[in-house]
Amino acid sequence: MNEIVSDSVFFGVAISIAAYWIGEKVREKWKLPIFNPLLIAMLIVIAVLFLCDIDYETYHQGAQYITFLLTPATICLAVPLYRQIEVLKKNVAAIVISILCGCIAHVLIVLGIAVLFGVEDILILSILPKSVTTPIAIGISEEIGGIQAVTVVGVCTAGILGSVVGPTIFKWCKVTEPVAQGLGMGAPSHAIGTSKALEMGEIQGAMSSLAIVVTGILTVIIVPIVTEMYF
Amino acid sequence: MKYIYQIGIISAISFVAELLYVFLPLPVPASVYGLLILFFLLMAKIVKLEQIEDVADWLLKIMPLLFVGPSVGLITSFDAIKGQILPLIVMCVVSTIGVMIVTSITAQAVIRIRNRKGKENR
Repeated sequence: MNEIVSDSVFFGVAISIAAYWIGEKVREKWKLPIFNPLLIAMLIVIAVLFLCDIDYETYHQGAQYITFLLTPATICLAVPLYRQIEVLKKNVAAIVISILCGCIAHVLIVLGIAVLFGVEDILILSILPKSVTTPIAIGISEEIGGIQAVTVVGVCTAGILGSVVGPTIFKWCKVTEPVAQGLGMGAPSHAIGTSKALEMGEIQGAMSSLAIVVTGILTVIIVPIVTEMYF
Repeated sequence: MKYIYQIGIISAISFVAELLYVFLPLPVPASVYGLLILFFLLMAKIVKLEQIEDVADWLLKIMPLLFVGPSVGLITSFDAIKGQILPLIVMCVVSTIGVMIVTSITAQAVIRIRNRKGKENR
């Protein structure tokens, strides 16, 4: 199967889009948060690769032509941010304070669970940078001595999980302010959470994009200091 | 042709962002440099919203789809996490939800305190 499929890069493109389309249809039909199109698409593609015995590398040869749009798409997050500049200016205090609290909470929760379960140090170091977009997370992970592959798993899990549970969590915690919802999506779930936040509304999307940048900066500062103190 | 010019502007910014990523010794991804560059270009009115808006909005709309490839890539990391799956899942799930709750509730509290003060001052 690999040989037939690897001749055409369009296999990866087509299956990714088809799987995402199915994901959207499923969500339209059952409107449950767990039916997140990205999550469904990921599971469908993994199932197809597994059933047809196709390597990830073969799939990636085509899928990379979709993935390469991620850099320009992330850059375009500047657009909702610019449109919502007044909201940004008005909420500087809320943005900085809440994201700082979020970053500190992240370190404390990860270390707390690590102590409870007796997790190996190297895994803790790999998970500590996980709230930020993959390239920043990998950079920090490398610096403090984590395993990059584990960091990537953490980053993706945080992103997908955040976009699946976000709206439900906000309902339970009675978070109704669009600004607070956006920051709450972006701080743990970076760009994946932001793509979901954009669906919730433009203010949410703008604040979530801002949270990517602020969380990135704070994580780059906080995590190396914590590892220096703790390990 | 309008769309091609918009793609051109966004590509040019992406290219400069990737140059910065290569030449600056910081752990900052090209996309974050690009986000900041585009934001400042818009603020300085060097790039006008209507010069990039259509393509930008389209890219943002399809953004979740762009994560399918990297998410499927998780299967290649399976060997690295084998044997540690349970604590890893617990750490990821609890910390993600924890950060979400702490951040959003703090933000909402700060906003409400400000709103209350704003009313008292009036």
